[in-house]
Amino acid sequence: MRFQNIPTPAEVLAEAVDLFGTAGFYVHILASLERIWLGFAIAGALGIGLGLLIGWFRFAEDTLLPPIELLRPIPAVAWVPLSIMLWPTERSSIVFITALGAFFPIVLNTIHGVEGIDRQLVRAATSLGAGRAAIFREVVIPGALPSIVTGLSVGMGVSWLCLISAEMISGQFGVGYFTWVAYGIVKYSQIVVGMLVIGVLGMVSSVLIRAIGARCMPWLPRRVKDGA
Amino acid sequence: MTDDSTGRIEIDDLSIAYGVNGRRVEAVRRFTLTTTPGEFVALLGPSGCGKTTVLNAVAGFVQPSNGTVVVDGEPVQGPGADRGMVFQQPSLFPWKTVLGNVEFGLKMRGIKKTLRTSRAHAYLSLVGLTGFEDAYPAELSGGMQQRVGIARTLVNRPRVMLMDEPFGALDAQTRLAMQELLLDVWREVRTTVIFVTHDIDEALFLADRVVVMTARPGEIRDVVTVKLARPRAAEVIATAEFMALKARVFAQVREESARVLPGRRR
Repeated sequence: MRFQNIPTPAEVLAEAVDLFGTAGFYVHILASLERIWLGFAIAGALGIGLGLLIGWFRFAEDTLLPPIELLRPIPAVAWVPLSIMLWPTERSSIVFITALGAFFPIVLNTIHGVEGIDRQLVRAATSLGAGRAAIFREVVIPGALPSIVTGLSVGMGVSWLCLISAEMISGQFGVGYFTWVAYGIVKYSQIVVGMLVIGVLGMVSSVLIRAIGARCMPWLPRRVKDGA
Repeated sequence: MTDDSTGRIEIDDLSIAYGVNGRRVEAVRRFTLTTTPGEFVALLGPSGCGKTTVLNAVAGFVQPSNGTVVVDGEPVQGPGADRGMVFQQPSLFPWKTVLGNVEFGLKMRGIKKTLRTSRAHAYLSLVGLTGFEDAYPAELSGGMQQRVGIARTLVNRPRVMLMDEPFGALDAQTRLAMQELLLDVWREVRTTVIFVTHDIDEALFLADRVVVMTARPGEIRDVVTVKLARPRAAEVIATAEFMALKARVFAQVREESARVLPGRRR
């Protein structure tokens, strides 16, 4: 192993101070944040929406689930070449990859959450006068919420993975691109700073998801929230 | 809050069968019963005798294979708030507070927030849960959860309250307290009650009439009128009158249970 090229903590710190003093580094960070936000928002909207439909309506399960199961085993990174051909801009193709990666855990956890709803609660709602729309709104959505938040949490992790991979393969901005370029120009301390930035951003976004989830589900005991 | 004009339930020649693994199981056979408005009827029988199925037919959760269920002149088509159900598991919405659970039926009817909150408060006070409005169900004991379940059902002013072994999961002390509470509440909010249980003491203590059912398929074996004076307190179960009724019902239930669990001969 070639540890002699690994930068010391002091070198990394000095590099980080340098980088955060330049405007260029923030461009990379903002580019990544914009892509992750867009991709994750699209994945969340589609994943939760389709997951609720597939979990609750038989016809949606029969028509929508088979294609999802077919596409799911394909790693998001394998979509990169097709995505570059498919989308007009680099930004849109990377957002697509990011959304694709996050979509599957979100949709599958949402389906799982809906299917796990206690049927007795549905009966209770009908015998209290709830119609079909009210059952969907008052029972199905809140009942699936803990699983949805789990899906979002997992999806957020996957979307970072996909974003960084996509940025390393294609693109001119982003923390992943920055880290890959640093390797190309033999700037070892920049590689480590890039990795640490990815780690911190990923962690902050997970914490954010969990905090929002806990706010939305005040009925869950604290212990369960922390484990989500 | 007394209203004796509604709650007449006519169950006529009700039979219910359903398929289990391709086999046809007859749960209820030729069950006929009419309640008067405001009456408290207990359905008593061994487990699996179809008493819950009768309840589900009145609630509209299952369709009769034969016969009819008519509530205040209207044939039962499906579930509705006029036939409120209290389940063995309280089945409260975990994501709603106690107040949110009790308000649910009123919200479904489109009643204004301020009005439904004040009504929900009244029913919570009736079941002794004032001060717990903002608690979530998971924070309550089993008995308290079931009291929320009763308030949640009664706030809709149903024609009939259907109760499916609601105290079956509670410990003996809590169960007794809940039975007394139920009678107190029922005196205030007079509604027809159909109460399913396999507990003879519970049936006789609560009901005006006890319908003893046979083992599956459930048919009516006997209808016992309980003339014990009301209001009833727990001490009534030690009286000679109660004992005599209990002996009569006990012999029948024992015979029916023996048919479910053959093998032991006496």
